[in-house]
Amino acid sequence: MSTIALNTSSAIGNAAAADTGAPVRIAVKNLNFYYGDFRSLKDISIDFYDRQVTALIGPSGCGKSTLLRTFNRIYSLYPEQRADGQILLDGQNVLSPNIDVNELRARVGMVFQKPTPFPMSIYDNIAFGIRLYEKLPKSELDGRVEEALRKAALWDEAKDKLRQSGMGLSGGQQQRLCIARTIAQKPEVILLDEPTSALDPISTGKIEELIEQLRSEFTIVIVTHNMQQAARISQFTAFMYLGELVEFGPTTKMFMNPTKKQTQDYITGRFG
Amino acid sequence: MAEHIVSSYDNDLQGLRQRISEMGGIAEKMLVESIAALVRHDKGLAQNVVISDKRLDVLQREVEESAILTIARRQPLAVDLRETISAIRISGDVERIGDMAKNIGKRALAIGDDFQPQKIVVGLQHMGDLVLGQLKDVLDAYAQKDTEKALDVWKRDGAIDALYTSLFRELLTYMMEDPRNISFCTHLLFCAKNIERIGDHTTNIAETVHYLVTGETLAIDRPKNDRSIDATVATGA
Amino acid sequence: MDTAVYDQASTVAHVPWGRVRRSRYLADRVLKIACTLFTLLGAFVLGWILLMLLVEGIGGLSPAVFTETTPGPGTEGGGIANAIVGSLVLTTLGIVVATPIGVLAGTYLAEYGKGSTLATIIRFVNDILLAAPSILIGLFVYILMVQPMGGYSGWAGGVALAIIAIPVIVRSTEDMLRLVPGSLREAGAALGAPMSKVIVAISWKAARAGMVTGVILATARIAGETAPLLFTALNNTFWFSPTLMGGVSNLPVTIYQFALAPYPNWRELAWAGALIITLSILALSIVARLLLKKDNVR
Repeated sequence: MSTIALNTSSAIGNAAAADTGAPVRIAVKNLNFYYGDFRSLKDISIDFYDRQVTALIGPSGCGKSTLLRTFNRIYSLYPEQRADGQILLDGQNVLSPNIDVNELRARVGMVFQKPTPFPMSIYDNIAFGIRLYEKLPKSELDGRVEEALRKAALWDEAKDKLRQSGMGLSGGQQQRLCIARTIAQKPEVILLDEPTSALDPISTGKIEELIEQLRSEFTIVIVTHNMQQAARISQFTAFMYLGELVEFGPTTKMFMNPTKKQTQDYITGRFG
Repeated sequence: MAEHIVSSYDNDLQGLRQRISEMGGIAEKMLVESIAALVRHDKGLAQNVVISDKRLDVLQREVEESAILTIARRQPLAVDLRETISAIRISGDVERIGDMAKNIGKRALAIGDDFQPQKIVVGLQHMGDLVLGQLKDVLDAYAQKDTEKALDVWKRDGAIDALYTSLFRELLTYMMEDPRNISFCTHLLFCAKNIERIGDHTTNIAETVHYLVTGETLAIDRPKNDRSIDATVATGA
Repeated sequence: MDTAVYDQASTVAHVPWGRVRRSRYLADRVLKIACTLFTLLGAFVLGWILLMLLVEGIGGLSPAVFTETTPGPGTEGGGIANAIVGSLVLTTLGIVVATPIGVLAGTYLAEYGKGSTLATIIRFVNDILLAAPSILIGLFVYILMVQPMGGYSGWAGGVALAIIAIPVIVRSTEDMLRLVPGSLREAGAALGAPMSKVIVAISWKAARAGMVTGVILATARIAGETAPLLFTALNNTFWFSPTLMGGVSNLPVTIYQFALAPYPNWRELAWAGALIITLSILALSIVARLLLKKDNVR
């Protein structure tokens, strides 16, 4: 630039600087994923920060859900799927064969696209996960169930029907029940796989508000097709395309001024 | 830039750009005519300028409404969001430029055929040419999304400020020489101020163009050479 | 102004009427009539059978039917109490043996085996078994149990019925478990539940109504089986031994024998027996239907 030194910076950059103060909770290093012979994740390296919401966005089939499903190794339910590389949760490689997957899954909770209440009472839905790992006296279990329902903003609606089937709740309530079930286990990380894509706007709003609340306690990774949702609720956003991580950065930067053309084209609806 | 999947989205943004460019054309013409009216005592031209401003106001409202509608309807992100916001900002600046030009036109009508010192007229004409150049360039920069050109406009504004300061002193001197000059000198002073303000608006637009293209705001202060606040008059002669 | 977008003129071209060819309407109607006719035919035959059973059977019904044992040749009166109880015992025995085997095998197919070679083979064999003539199964158990044990027995009858029930239960269990969405299993696993826990506490629970229905339908199926019992439990005209050794009286074979007999009171009892067995099966089917319906509503 000519005579005047142009010191261009932006509010976005500053906000990012403030955000990155958080320590890294999950460090993914050179992760590859295979469905049979098909390599669906290509050398992904990305950090997820402690008690921040990171959104994974990208067109269908870009690998964002696949990436999410590696963190709790839920993919290992299917023998033809495998991952290599490293996913360090607090420095420990969760892909290592020495890891007890069930214990891992208690530490890394997951909520799915469609609400998945178990065919049992609301109370038992939440107690299910707790009972797997803790033997609690009834009074304490009651307390934990209430705490989880309160945190999931479902207590007021559900307290009078704890013994009724969880399937009797509305879609949005069911999804909050699933979130309650997950947080009842006191995990460190919560994975959300398009948690609101099957919900109406009001239920979606409630879940988004909930995610905002939960951020103070949990590290959250959310896959979403709704760009505005990612912009609203996340602090960091990763854009994936064809199994590769194209761009990762503070959400404000990603949605106001992304660096890569592919990212820009995707979030502005110019893909094709 | 590739086209949107939804082609009507492109039409929306294109519509914003077209209206802004129309506004820019009107504002340029108003500026030229208002100064010409002032210099040549052309009342018809001055009235023309006053009338033109109406169209500019209408266009500005249209840009604003259509931009707000675009935001509501399409929730633009990244470059599209900047484009939409920029349209609102630039249309506001151009509308203000029109107001200034209209004000000059009105003052041209008020001054009528009063005596005007040649030196001042030349100074005003020169200032007007400079600002017109700024306005043309910054509108080009917007149309071409050329941030270098915009920055160039932004930096050049200092020269206009300097010219304004000297005109200011000149007019003060005339007023001190003869109280009968005060009336038309005050009008001319406001005209000079208006032209200077138009220059400021062109730098605003330049900043907006820079933001539109790069996504970053210019953090440093613009070079300013307006020293008129320091100019004092020794009274009681 | 941009408000113009709200009142854009509709430019949808209207499809002119009468474009759909006549022949299509005709084909549509012919198929509809054919389907309706054959449905009515099926329902008519079924209704006829039921009606005949009711007309002929109700006359034979009397308290003695439920209290007295089957009469000897040429003896007046008598009932089929021993056959009813025998059928209940044999059917219960068969279902008790078949249910755990069928449910566990079905669970293996749906939850563990899935598309594996072993599962595919088992599924294939199971389907063959499902369609196997029941007389073959009777013969099989005759060789397997009746010969080595030195005589007919209720145990052999139960086993034969179980072998008929197993493929039905396997099939229905697998089908019902497959209907449980995978996401529910994933959700269970995602909470850190081991697979066994997911199956028992979630999959079975979700498929419960369907699985119970399968067992009930299997019960209905074996309650009326005659052929496998001919070679195994045979029949009896008096109260059978509590050890179930020797012939065990039962409804299907009793009906089979009495219906062809020259004695009117035997034939009457055969009608009564047939009515009882049909109504029982009907009741079981209705219960199964209701169970499934209740599950769907939930």
